[in-house]
Amino acid sequence: MKPQVLTGEHFINGDEACAEGAIAAGCRFFGGYPITPATEVAEQMSVRLPHVGGTFIQMEDEIAAMTSILGAAWTGIKTMTATSGPGFSLMMETVGLAIVTETPCVVVNVQRAGPSTGLPTQGAQGDMMQVRWGSHGDYEVIALAPSSPQEMFDLTITAFNLSEKYRTPVFIMSDEIVGHMSEKVVIPEARKIRTVSRVKPAGRKDRFKPYQPGLLGVAPMPAIGDGYNVHVTGLTHDEKGYPVMSVDTQKEMMDRLLGKIRNNLDDIILTEDYRLEDADVVLVSYGVSARTAYTAVEEAREMGLRVGLLRLITVWPFPEQRIRELAKRVKAFITVEINMGQISREVERCAGTVPGFTAGHHGGAVVPPDDVLKIAKEVLA
Amino acid sequence: MKHDETAGMAHPLEDLVRMDRIPHIWCPGCGIGSVFTSCLTAVKQTNIPYNQFTMVSGIGCSGRGAGYINIDSFHTTHGRAIPFASGIKMARPDLNVIVFSGDGDLFAIGGNHFIHAARRNMDLTVICVNNLTYGMTGGQVAATTPFKARSSTTALGNPDTPFNLPLLAYASGATYVARWTMLHARDLADCIQEAILRRGFSFIEVLSPCPINYGRRNREKTLETLKKYHDNTIVKNGASPTELEVDFNKGVILGKFIDIEKPTCDEVYRRMYRPPEETTENRKSR
Amino acid sequence: MKYWRVPLDSGEIQITRGRVHIIEDRCKGCGYCIEYCPREVLEFSKKFNAKGYHPPQVKNEDCLNCHYCELLCPEFAIYSEAAFGQ
Ligand SMILES: Cc1ncc(C[n+]2csc(CCOP(=O)(O)OP(=O)(O)O)c2C)c(N)n1
Ligand code: SF4
Ligand code: SF4
Ligand code: SF4
Repeated sequence: MKPQVLTGEHFINGDEACAEGAIAAGCRFFGGYPITPATEVAEQMSVRLPHVGGTFIQMEDEIAAMTSILGAAWTGIKTMTATSGPGFSLMMETVGLAIVTETPCVVVNVQRAGPSTGLPTQGAQGDMMQVRWGSHGDYEVIALAPSSPQEMFDLTITAFNLSEKYRTPVFIMSDEIVGHMSEKVVIPEARKIRTVSRVKPAGRKDRFKPYQPGLLGVAPMPAIGDGYNVHVTGLTHDEKGYPVMSVDTQKEMMDRLLGKIRNNLDDIILTEDYRLEDADVVLVSYGVSARTAYTAVEEAREMGLRVGLLRLITVWPFPEQRIRELAKRVKAFITVEINMGQISREVERCAGTVPGFTAGHHGGAVVPPDDVLKIAKEVLA
Repeated sequence: MKHDETAGMAHPLEDLVRMDRIPHIWCPGCGIGSVFTSCLTAVKQTNIPYNQFTMVSGIGCSGRGAGYINIDSFHTTHGRAIPFASGIKMARPDLNVIVFSGDGDLFAIGGNHFIHAARRNMDLTVICVNNLTYGMTGGQVAATTPFKARSSTTALGNPDTPFNLPLLAYASGATYVARWTMLHARDLADCIQEAILRRGFSFIEVLSPCPINYGRRNREKTLETLKKYHDNTIVKNGASPTELEVDFNKGVILGKFIDIEKPTCDEVYRRMYRPPEETTENRKSR
Repeated sequence: MKYWRVPLDSGEIQITRGRVHIIEDRCKGCGYCIEYCPREVLEFSKKFNAKGYHPPQVKNEDCLNCHYCELLCPEFAIYSEAAFGQ
């Protein structure tokens, strides 16, 4: 039997590291559909899962892949799927079902340039607003952006932990460049990896309400066959899980769904500061673009420009408070991302009167550090 | 019968019904409740503990089924009951997974999932309430609406040919295929029971009236539809799937058409992919 | 008796005596049970139930306890049980 956690140093790509992170986090079901540049996640899971008692299934499309992981999650296990733009678009209706039924699962999007079939083999970060707003209706999501294969491993574990803790889908918003980049990935010993599993209900089964908020505003979640006889529906439902077509129930349900994220921002939001203490210009970046941004900070500092970086590890929920605080003392924000202005809109919304700029790219390659420097120089001129 | 004589007495299916949600939403004269009753009767007849069952529905009037059975049950999205159920089945092969949904749900928007689950011989019991229309949205044309029948989107008659569902199921690889009408309630209950107790992809089509959105438009009262179900049907077990189109003028064939043994998707996966020690370990923990 | 009222499963059911119970307020008056009872045990009553429908009532002692009305009723509103000592 192969070990569950491949402790040691490996030279693997981001997609493979993501799969290893999933196995280490306790993922035991993967429903997938092939798509460049996310296919390697599925391939690796297809090899690894049966050896740890798990199940891999290649479904007939991404709608089925996403739906199958919800069904499997209700048997009490951790589940995942991985895709890229076109498949992510197909998954959107089911994402809403995951959110409203409070079904934990992890969805990996190894982004490629769009729209439509776009540049299948070249990276982009054009789905950052889609992950936030792509399914219909109002909701909150958790989305993490890994910047390296090591983070593909680490953040996949974090994603599972957050999804189990908050009973919600969590997204890994990677990209082709990080997904296909091979780097050293250090996998710790199994006992040093912190994993979280959903809280199971206790107490009288006939009185149990599957959506009655407990700790952190999250309800304990039973598995099929535990004897709680739960009903799970995408219709607006009360705490018992029964459909109730009323404005009051809608409000109650929405308050619970939004509240469990909005009231726990400090626990969910992860960011990293680089040379921000004295910065006049703050670069805001995430995922592969943060690598460009680091280089830009270094080069700017060599030129004597006080530039720093706020790296978003959690992109959604957006760290609004952090931007507002920085806005009190900096001269400008430059958002570095491989799209023509998505997260920059959020930054600018929170920056108040401080000017915001986008160092963007149409997709297919990273933002050149020079593009960032050019804006920084103009701002500080 | 005076009312007080029944006070304190209970319908024998009350332990399987979410009585706190009754009355259900189905219209007076709708056949879905009858199909559902046959289905619950079948579940009961198996004598399998209820917590070894789960029911998954899509969206539609028929899709409300999952909301009324008092076991762990899932009302998912339109067309996606089968992939949801497949996820459950592959993760927990010991569960009896019943899919209860409508013809629009399973064969229009969800058609792709149906054929693939049948192809894999996914161990599911799929019950399709075929009312020849989209009931919930007001009676639009469906993939099962008879040629020339009227619907809210085919006022001059349906220009298209409907599916022969048993043929589609058979061609896709279903290992058990049957058809009844809701009027054949006992045959239907026994058929569902048999499907639950066997392993493999079982498909049961059940013809059922939608008096409100199909009957009215096609000048057919519920009891007239039921009379057709009685008079214009022939039970012919083992009939060839090619002769199973729904045409009440010619006579509609009912019965069990296909019942083949074949390893299921989860069995083959375990055998081919799980190392032997894993399989034993899993069995122990279940 | 009209031909089409022979119970669909008449071959399998033993002839016993039964008593039918009607949970009147659940009935939506579809008439399935009345129309298809093989013994014509039931008829519409004149009264209205809480939902405003006419529930069935028992008109004779001929119930066979075949459970057919119980299986066919979409509303869980009618069921039969063996009548002993009759
Ligand atoms: C993605 C999506 N498209 C359309 C609908 C609207 N819709 C709800 S039920 C339904 C049709 C249901 O028809 P069928 O499955 O035959 O069930 P019936 O109501 O006849 O029992 C449709 C189109 C929806 N809910 N979701
Ligand atoms: S609309 Fe038709 S299918 Fe839907 S509940 Fe009413 S009669 Fe039944
Ligand atoms: S059980 Fe129902 S259907 Fe059968 S004879 Fe009695 S009343 Fe009639
Ligand atoms: S079948 Fe049920 S709902 Fe219909 S008339 Fe009889 S008791 Fe009433």
